[in-house]
Amino acid sequence: MSEIALEPTLAAEPRSRRGIRALDLAIVTALLLALWQLVGRATGGIAITPPLGTLAYLADLVQTSLFWDHLGATLLAFAIAFAISAVGGLALGLLLGLRRFAGDVAEPILAGFYTVPKVTLYPVVLLVCGLGLSAKVAFGVMHGLVPVTLFTLGAIRTLPPVLVRTARAMRLDGWQTMSRVMVPACLPDIVNGLRISFSLSLLGVLIGEMFSSQRGLGFLLVSGLAQHNVPLTTSVVFVVVVGAVLANTLMLRLGRGTSGRE
Amino acid sequence: MTGGVGDIAVMEEPHASLRGVVRRYGGAQPVHALGPVDLDLRRGEFFSVVGPSGCGKSTLLDVLSGLGRPTGGTVSFEGAELGGEVPDGVGVVFQEDASFPWLTVRDNVAFGLRRTGLDGRETARRVEHAIGFMGLGQFAAHYPAQLSGGMRQRVCIARTLVMQPRLILLDEPFGALDQQTRLLMGDELLRLWRETGATVLLITHALDEAAMLSDRVGVMSARPGRFIDLLETGWPRERDSRVVSDPAFGALTSRLWSSLRTESLKTMGRAA
Amino acid sequence: MSRSRTVILVRAAVLAGLVALLEVLCRVGIVDPMAVLPPSEMVGAMIDQLRSGELDESMVQTFSTIGLAFGVAVALGTLGGAVVHAVPRLRRAIDPLLASYYAVPTFIFYPLLVALLGLGKLPLVVLGVLSATPAVVISTLAGLDGVPPVLRKVARVQRLGRARTLWLVVLPAALPRLFGGFKLALSYALIGVIAGEFILSGSGLGYSISFAYQSFDSRAMYGAMLFVLLVAVGANTLLYVWEGRLARRRLRT
Repeated sequence: MSEIALEPTLAAEPRSRRGIRALDLAIVTALLLALWQLVGRATGGIAITPPLGTLAYLADLVQTSLFWDHLGATLLAFAIAFAISAVGGLALGLLLGLRRFAGDVAEPILAGFYTVPKVTLYPVVLLVCGLGLSAKVAFGVMHGLVPVTLFTLGAIRTLPPVLVRTARAMRLDGWQTMSRVMVPACLPDIVNGLRISFSLSLLGVLIGEMFSSQRGLGFLLVSGLAQHNVPLTTSVVFVVVVGAVLANTLMLRLGRGTSGRE
Repeated sequence: MTGGVGDIAVMEEPHASLRGVVRRYGGAQPVHALGPVDLDLRRGEFFSVVGPSGCGKSTLLDVLSGLGRPTGGTVSFEGAELGGEVPDGVGVVFQEDASFPWLTVRDNVAFGLRRTGLDGRETARRVEHAIGFMGLGQFAAHYPAQLSGGMRQRVCIARTLVMQPRLILLDEPFGALDQQTRLLMGDELLRLWRETGATVLLITHALDEAAMLSDRVGVMSARPGRFIDLLETGWPRERDSRVVSDPAFGALTSRLWSSLRTESLKTMGRAA
Repeated sequence: MSRSRTVILVRAAVLAGLVALLEVLCRVGIVDPMAVLPPSEMVGAMIDQLRSGELDESMVQTFSTIGLAFGVAVALGTLGGAVVHAVPRLRRAIDPLLASYYAVPTFIFYPLLVALLGLGKLPLVVLGVLSATPAVVISTLAGLDGVPPVLRKVARVQRLGRARTLWLVVLPAALPRLFGGFKLALSYALIGVIAGEFILSGSGLGYSISFAYQSFDSRAMYGAMLFVLLVAVGANTLLYVWEGRLARRRLRT
């Protein structure tokens, strides 16, 4: 799916390399932390709080119910948006993948929608849905639905026809062909699409909160900036980055598991 | 009879030669891919190498062309020892499609000449000649993607030919082509060899191809590859694919196969 | 050929149908015409705005920011990708970084950038560069990986030096994939810059949309919005067509 996303090519490596890899990862993490520290120091803390200060602030922040309220609001909106994106995208992708003509008609429209700056549409979403949860969810779905759809569609299209012919030779019926052959064969791509949808739904929800909302991490981020509360802004960014990276790593693992590479 | 091949050509200075060449690959599981091998190529001969798959044929070509360095032994071309570079006067045609997809046939063929400082008119003349010689005239403005596999391989041969190499190395150039196309390409290759007077070394897995095209055929053993047999075909210089109907052809291929059978079985993990 | 033409026609009909449907829904009042302007009026609003010249300054501002961010991202990304490709250890080290980069909504760094660099053009350029560069790096790596080894061998047989091998063989061979990265980089830069302007800025097209929204000027809002979307779709289509031309020649059978 080079139309909408690029995958870094991770080389499979022997076990003996694992140790070196862990070391490399530690070095990269240390460098990032050092950079963070340096920028924080150089600007005298007016823009970014250095790592230790952030952790200290965060330790206090997680003891306030305010933080959990905002986090909960974001997670709720995100969970609904991602669920709708995943189920809807999968269904739409399967449908468009199996109906070749419909797929050919729809694919460029979807890909075009993907590359358009959807923020500009957010006011419309607000005008239609009103302020609140439903606007955030709708905006999350607008970001998250297309990748799953396109990946599923692409996977079904590029499925080697011989697999379907084999299924027919084994006298599987339509449902069995779908569930036993097509979906398993497409699974690595579908998981990949879900992974991208995951990050984009989150992005959609956060942007929604940043622009116009009274709750959620996005709101916290902007209000931190407005109140010149630098530790707050930095802490929220930190939480989002760590959460997103962890979730992504998990899904990458899952994806590699389904493609039988590990 | 390992290593005895060179003795035959003692009378004349060899065009290219390998002396005690060994190639090992390091890594977690070291592989002894080739040798020791001795080989003298006579100036202007057509020499083929056959052997079971994975026997180090391509490694032999790598070492002989200067694309790869031997782990031990020496390689020389026209009296000078190779030092990890492809020397001037050597052309290589690979098994894979190596045409440049972003250039037209004409630009592909002209690719090397454009950097030799040759004047424009001479460049154009040689390019047109090579294109005509390989029968690509009506496709000169086409891109490789518009051509069949056989035609693309002709482009690669023309691109080599235009540099007027004195030694042409071919690594299973027709490996990906169908049988009829192979036979015809074989004829083209013979014509090219006669007209250019170059020394040709052809690596192939097709016994009939080796028997039909060559002056001499070297048979390699299973890995690590060494020469276990050497045949003089005795064909006249003027020859083409019709030699397959010559009774001598059958005798040649059956001798090649009897040398190779044991080795091929070894690579399949079975005793003879 | 005729099938692909049918597909294009049906696609156009579907899009036109959607627009017509929205028009009808607005006119009949099923969709609140105060919330969503009928498409015909959106076009009118856009033309009015373009004629009046009130968007001119924003356009210059936004397009120059996007152009700058895109240019920097392409230069940095290609160069960075080439360096990373040349040093396998470095590549292994930053592989996990690249793999999770787009999982993090880059956009959340924008408030930090504003705090750091003030509320001008600079944080937007940096935001655009941050969102676009990794795409170029990733596609450069993929492009360099995809160069068939045999073409490098040909370069050696032709006795080309390092620089010439890179310029005459490696770069053209990697170009289609590089181009894919440039295309993504443009849309990422565009999305990043306009989103930045939209959320927090004092000028630019994104800002004029959010300003119109805050001041309940829905004609101005829809006019500017339609313009931005048309420009984005136009730019992407242009690159798409260009890429298709580039690829058609080389598609191997």
